[in-house]
Amino acid sequence: MDQPTKDLINNEITNNEVCLFMKGTPDAPQCGFSMAISNMFKILEVNYKGINVLETQLLREGIKEFSDWPTIPQVYIKGEFVGGCDIVKEMYENGELKKILENKGINFKK
Amino acid sequence: MAMDLKEIEALIKEALPDSIIVLQDLAGDNNHYSATITSSKFSGKSKIEQHKMVYNALKGKMGNELHALAIKTKEQ
Repeated sequence: MDQPTKDLINNEITNNEVCLFMKGTPDAPQCGFSMAISNMFKILEVNYKGINVLETQLLREGIKEFSDWPTIPQVYIKGEFVGGCDIVKEMYENGELKKILENKGINFKK
Repeated sequence: MAMDLKEIEALIKEALPDSIIVLQDLAGDNNHYSATITSSKFSGKSKIEQHKMVYNALKGKMGNELHALAIKTKEQ
């Protein structure tokens, strides 16, 4: 991964409390898994930043290396990697996602 | 590119010999699967670590030959 890509990712996860690295945008997701996570945040009314990894190949590959995680979407909360689609979905279903948001002081619909 | 069920199962079994694997071909296209994997090796590990163990078992195929594998891990 080149330095500008690393800086870009670091910048996003530092300046946005909740980041979703996804295929497409929150308004126009281009993959079902990205859409699923995007919808969960919408339901919880979480203010999140969607980052479209399809914009550049460097970002698409870079985020996998950065997180040491082979798939997209990826969720970061307060700079910490929380998981991909399966883990975040499971956490949404068992209430753990709300707990993390609460613990990290992020507003959501209770 | 696609992978068949047996190939996925064999790779996971190789890395996690005690695992119980329930695989489903979700769309019948050899490309969209779900796997529920139960293993004693997951105990004491975070979900992220558990899923990484499965990804490692698949030796880089995840996100490449294997487009979509929904993973659920359970401790035995």
